[in-house]
Amino acid sequence: MKRRTSAIALGAIAALVLSGCSGGDADGGTEEGLDGRGPISFAMGTNDAGKLQPIIEAWNEENPDEQVSLVELPQEADGQRDTLVQSLQAESSDYDVMALDVTWTAEFAANGWLQPLEGDLELDTSGLLPATVDSATYVDTLYAAPQNTNAQLLFYRTDIVDEAPTTWDDLLGYRDAADAEDLDLLIMQLQNYEGLTVQTTQAINSWGGAVVDADGQTPVVDSPEATAGIQALADAYENGDIAQRTNGFTEEQTNLAFLAGEAVFAYNWPYMYDTATSEPTSEVGDDFDVAAIVGPDGPGASTLGGYNNGINVHSENKGTAFDFIQFILSEENQRGFAQESFPPVLASIYEDEALIDEFPYLPALQEALENAQPRPVTPYYAGVSRAIADNAYSAIVEGRPVDEAVADMSSAITSATGN
Amino acid sequence: MSDSAKTRRTDAEPAPTRRWRGDRASAAWLIAPAMIVLAIVIGYPIVSAIIQSFSQDRIFNEQTGFFEEGGFAGLQNYWGWLMQDCGNGINSCPRGTAGSQFWQSIGVTFFLTGVTVVIEVLLGFWIAIIMGRNLWGRGLLRAAVLVPWAIPTAVTAKLWAFIFAPQGIVNSITGLDTQWTTGTWELLTAVIIADVWKTTPFVALLILAGLQMIPKDVYDAAKMDGATRWQQFTKVTLPLVKPALLVAILFRLLDALRMYDLPAIMQGNTSGPATTMSMLVTATIREGQFANASALSTIVFLIIFACAFLMVKGLGVNAVDQAQPNRRKVGAGKSKKGTSADTSSTKAVVMPREDAGGK
Repeated sequence: MKRRTSAIALGAIAALVLSGCSGGDADGGTEEGLDGRGPISFAMGTNDAGKLQPIIEAWNEENPDEQVSLVELPQEADGQRDTLVQSLQAESSDYDVMALDVTWTAEFAANGWLQPLEGDLELDTSGLLPATVDSATYVDTLYAAPQNTNAQLLFYRTDIVDEAPTTWDDLLGYRDAADAEDLDLLIMQLQNYEGLTVQTTQAINSWGGAVVDADGQTPVVDSPEATAGIQALADAYENGDIAQRTNGFTEEQTNLAFLAGEAVFAYNWPYMYDTATSEPTSEVGDDFDVAAIVGPDGPGASTLGGYNNGINVHSENKGTAFDFIQFILSEENQRGFAQESFPPVLASIYEDEALIDEFPYLPALQEALENAQPRPVTPYYAGVSRAIADNAYSAIVEGRPVDEAVADMSSAITSATGN
Repeated sequence: MSDSAKTRRTDAEPAPTRRWRGDRASAAWLIAPAMIVLAIVIGYPIVSAIIQSFSQDRIFNEQTGFFEEGGFAGLQNYWGWLMQDCGNGINSCPRGTAGSQFWQSIGVTFFLTGVTVVIEVLLGFWIAIIMGRNLWGRGLLRAAVLVPWAIPTAVTAKLWAFIFAPQGIVNSITGLDTQWTTGTWELLTAVIIADVWKTTPFVALLILAGLQMIPKDVYDAAKMDGATRWQQFTKVTLPLVKPALLVAILFRLLDALRMYDLPAIMQGNTSGPATTMSMLVTATIREGQFANASALSTIVFLIIFACAFLMVKGLGVNAVDQAQPNRRKVGAGKSKKGTSADTSSTKAVVMPREDAGGK
């Protein structure tokens, strides 16, 4: 008899587990918990979570009843995304507020995982940089609050270069100087991953092209301007202006090589300003400066990065969550970001004379942000990014004719967006 | 466990039916928990993946801007992969889509499998012969050989990635500037070297177990008949070790066909020259195409299953036929000395066959 009850219990547990695994309906949740208050969790990749730590501590001191606990996600962007997607698909409320890479915002919104910031949760975006607000907007609705932004900068060695180059040809003109010192002229991220998508879209936008049309869907990477941008990278790679070893470079390898004093120019995110000045292993010390990246006739168009804070649609404490994402946008906290080379989204920070004295890279960053372009805002971003990176890699690194590569890039984007 | 089962069976012999039926009922109860756990952790995921592979991925509603649940897709997902149909007919997958990498990933997987299994078996055989000799420090040698197998694959992959990095140890020592992590052949070579380093000990150990089953008197007899070393190897060692060898090959084959961690870490989890079938599955999941990924993983499952089936049915039957006459021979030779070693040796020779069936 005892055995039978235990078997029934086992069966019941099995049934519970199985039913727990199956997905429920996708709609709903957007009207619930709007004024819920209480402890919340904040999920962010461990690579940047340290920059939010002081903000969370300050919040917790002021709000003992609505504590924010930091949940650290994996270091790599893919790992962060996988963790979040799994949790959100299961309609879990484990993560109340999530720091989303700008490129995920559209996909998460289209799946109905994010609480739209409208009605009671309407966010005042007037003080924020417009491009960052665009990156958090999907189908004319704001789905997340910009937290910090990012734009790639041109790092250059002041002991070799007197004045920052303003055009691509200017930059290439330092080839002899680089060769004389036995240095790489330019290093950037050309490994086949998201970093290559950033470099490619930067080149396309800097040369006056675009990845997708104004409708956000139709690929226009085969336009003459876009083709010329990729061609410029391919030519520079072929004749060694862009160091050939960068086909294995991510941001981190770029950082290490520049800090070791192995290159005259480098394209990288502003965090390298921090590492180059503060890392004890840095050999460039004060002998470097930053400027906007370059295009054919002037400053180039950097690709926008950064994080947006989304509220989980299944969160029970959306009131607290909303207050917390507003708290991150306070002037004091945004100023704290600037001090850690984590570009703020609050426009006024970039005008602050005291800060500019302390952090001389801010004007260059502001210029970069003014020209910056977002990556395509599409719910199929992962597929679009692969279409760009795979074909750019074949054209730039493997020497495939650029015409063929952009034709494939165009049809692969079409295929990825399901048109 | 086996002893008690044996005694119970002999006890039951005088009054077979009733006792036997009672045993069977309690056996069912004893097995039930394990079966339920297996159903949950193995049965449910496989069945649900197969069901999902026949459904459609979420559809994007352009009016609302939201995803909606897809319906039944039939064989559409399978057709897409096998026929390279990305929406515009056969062979319409441009470069830069997951579909376009399908055949390439299968080619890469089979290439890696073929090369690594051949090298590992040859090397493993050699190491097993050395380990089987009565050398000084044999225990230490066996322990040392096992170290690579004991290290988690992810750690192994990271270590080899450092070794093959552009400014890694290999390039520093050779003074070359080889792009081990990005070039096609360079990367495949690096993955093969890492895999051989890691898994040869496993193959060697399985073969060693087979070698030790061979009684010494067979060799003594061969020597008396005037067989050379080479004849001893081909006529005595090889046929007698064949069952263990085939099991080792089968294990490695199945393992290598689902290779994921080594190339994923050494190449980076992106599309590249070492993208295997399993890596393509995760890449498709990452693009949110869960039904499509289920279809692909079912295809991969069928490919691996077919290979295992061919091995077991084609070669496995052979292995059993070979083992039986040997067993008789071995038993006859050994019976003078004692029986305990004899039974254990035949059991060990036969046991892997059961394992192979279970796989």
